[in-house]
Amino acid sequence: MHIHEYQAKQLFAKYGIPVPEGGAASTVDDAVRIARDMGGDAWMVKAQIHAGGRRAGHFENAPQGEGGVRMAKSVADVEKHAGQMLGNALITTQTRPAGREVDRVYVERACDVQSELYLGMLVDRHSSRVTLIASAAGGINIESIAKQHPESIVKLAVDPREGLGEEAARSVVSELALGDEQAGVTARLIRTMYEMFVDLDASLIEINPLAITAANEVIALDATLTFDDNALFRHHDIQALRDRAELQLGELEAVQHGINYVKLDGNIGCLASGAGTALATLDAIHLLGGEPANFLDVPPVAQVGRIKEALRLLLSDPGVASILVNVFGGGIMRCDTIADAIIMANRDTPLTVPLVARLAGTNATFAIRRLKDAEPDVIFASDLADAADKAVQAAKQTKEIQRRSWWQRVRGVSGET
Amino acid sequence: MSVLVNANTKVICQGITGQQGTFFTEQALASGTNMVAGVRPGKGGARHLGLPVFDTVKEAVTATGADASVIFVPPDHAAQAIHESIDADMPLVVCVTERIPVLDIVGIKRALESANTRLLGPNCPGIITPGECRIGIMPQEIFRRGRIGIISRTGTLTYEAVDQTSKANLGQSTCIGIGADPLQGMTFCDCLALFRDDDETDGVILIGEIGGEAEEEAAEYLRANPSAKPIVAYVAGRFAPPGRRMGHAGAIIQHGTGGAEAKIDALRAAGVHVAESPVTIGATMAQVLARG
Repeated sequence: MHIHEYQAKQLFAKYGIPVPEGGAASTVDDAVRIARDMGGDAWMVKAQIHAGGRRAGHFENAPQGEGGVRMAKSVADVEKHAGQMLGNALITTQTRPAGREVDRVYVERACDVQSELYLGMLVDRHSSRVTLIASAAGGINIESIAKQHPESIVKLAVDPREGLGEEAARSVVSELALGDEQAGVTARLIRTMYEMFVDLDASLIEINPLAITAANEVIALDATLTFDDNALFRHHDIQALRDRAELQLGELEAVQHGINYVKLDGNIGCLASGAGTALATLDAIHLLGGEPANFLDVPPVAQVGRIKEALRLLLSDPGVASILVNVFGGGIMRCDTIADAIIMANRDTPLTVPLVARLAGTNATFAIRRLKDAEPDVIFASDLADAADKAVQAAKQTKEIQRRSWWQRVRGVSGET
Repeated sequence: MSVLVNANTKVICQGITGQQGTFFTEQALASGTNMVAGVRPGKGGARHLGLPVFDTVKEAVTATGADASVIFVPPDHAAQAIHESIDADMPLVVCVTERIPVLDIVGIKRALESANTRLLGPNCPGIITPGECRIGIMPQEIFRRGRIGIISRTGTLTYEAVDQTSKANLGQSTCIGIGADPLQGMTFCDCLALFRDDDETDGVILIGEIGGEAEEEAAEYLRANPSAKPIVAYVAGRFAPPGRRMGHAGAIIQHGTGGAEAKIDALRAAGVHVAESPVTIGATMAQVLARG
């Protein structure tokens, strides 16, 4: 689960990681008030969206304009920047092409930065340990620096039995070319990061940049904090930080129903059980020249009602021209549950596009018989190859029918005039 | 011989009295697996499905000589259950439970470093040597005893590979689900080493997916230890939607691994026969074996 920069900075402050003074605003008036109350002569105005690359991005309505992280030298500038950001879509290399609408800006005191470091922490699959990554060269080019100068990146895998001790923290910091005082502060900060990581079941903590200011202060100018979804059950306070507006259309519904759904741009709606099978279904469709409309993985524990909701989610997408249901029953996922969900979904809202069903594994024979009796229009497939082929053909036919009926409408209209 | 489990494997179930534990223990018993006991703290002394129930894994091992445990404990207590089996020196632990917090698994991986236990999972469908031993949740009816070893990182896609090898009259020696979580117990490499020395296995199928570097590590292992038996692989997700980024940190630590193309290239360079499509896994193995 992702949270916004301003929320991450509030958590940083709570743990004693220094951050600039600031406040979040969802209106221009609030942004101005925050800047005025804070005082000073320079502020940062930062768009709060769940995507990186904000500074180098641009707003949809101003392709040549500035990005989502700007400096303001006057309260009037704060007002101008907040006005240009709020309610407009920010496009970055990490957003979808249409960008993400900015609902909130963070206004904070600008710092006189002397140098920028990079600190990141995540669970490294290779070592199976929480791993700190640090570099004396922070900022937006950190990934290319890591590629070109791997020796400039310091890594520390933390033994969970030992924790991140003073000595280990000092040894990392000694490679970051800091003065004594900043080295001490940074070493403490690294240990706090680890404490936070474990306390909160984080999956990523990133401070880029960690700045050394002209006044020799060490301060986190940006903050990225994501959490392990599987551990949210023991962190109700973190769950409350979720910004529902950040989820795509359909994705919120999917989260509520415990379904893993990602919207794509094609026209074949896909429903599979198991992430691997869902991915393989996309591969099989693509290799036949088809384009999936989505990735949708229903968990094996899903009850019939939830699967019905997943099907409705697919049918509510106007771009869908055929549906492929690919389920290999096993474990507690049984094919008859899928069959019942298709029957229920069709009773609620009759299917408007062809549905291809490939049911195999637990209770498949029984499920296919039941589905055939109830829904004679369902197209059955013997295996995944057959299913992908039938779904791609069915989508082509639907498109052809739609094209013809559109053409007839156009001709009908022109015939009347 | 098969690998890891056979007709002599004595299996206990942790969480046997729960709904899932009950269901799968019934199925294991029906398929002839040598289930010897269950564990459920607080219910020691009871009997369930005709099996004795113990409070602790240690007691169950002492009483029955069990050498494998399957875990059907909910995610909030699953890590504790795995630790208990590690502490009892259980040779093989199969953890079916999914959605276990990753930091819990960090602790388990640390404990495994100095333990005698092999862990499959978490979030894995289990392991089957058809006709001898079935641990986990895989659908029995698609299996057919044969000479292909299967190692899979994705749950349900394992069944696809099993089904295709059964239909191609190849069958399976042992099928191992290693689990789909970022951190897992046994890896592709661990299992490849077992199949290499197994005289009942003629070829091995690897089922991988995008993310992580398990496939790259398998390729590296196979380059260093060339296999006399053919290896066929399928990597799911060539056309997957772009994944959620893990900040710069994820990109730095993965250094270019993780994508389907990189995995496929690495496997091909290591002499692995890569099936382009999920529908040709069984056929690819049949062709490779026919060529000799």
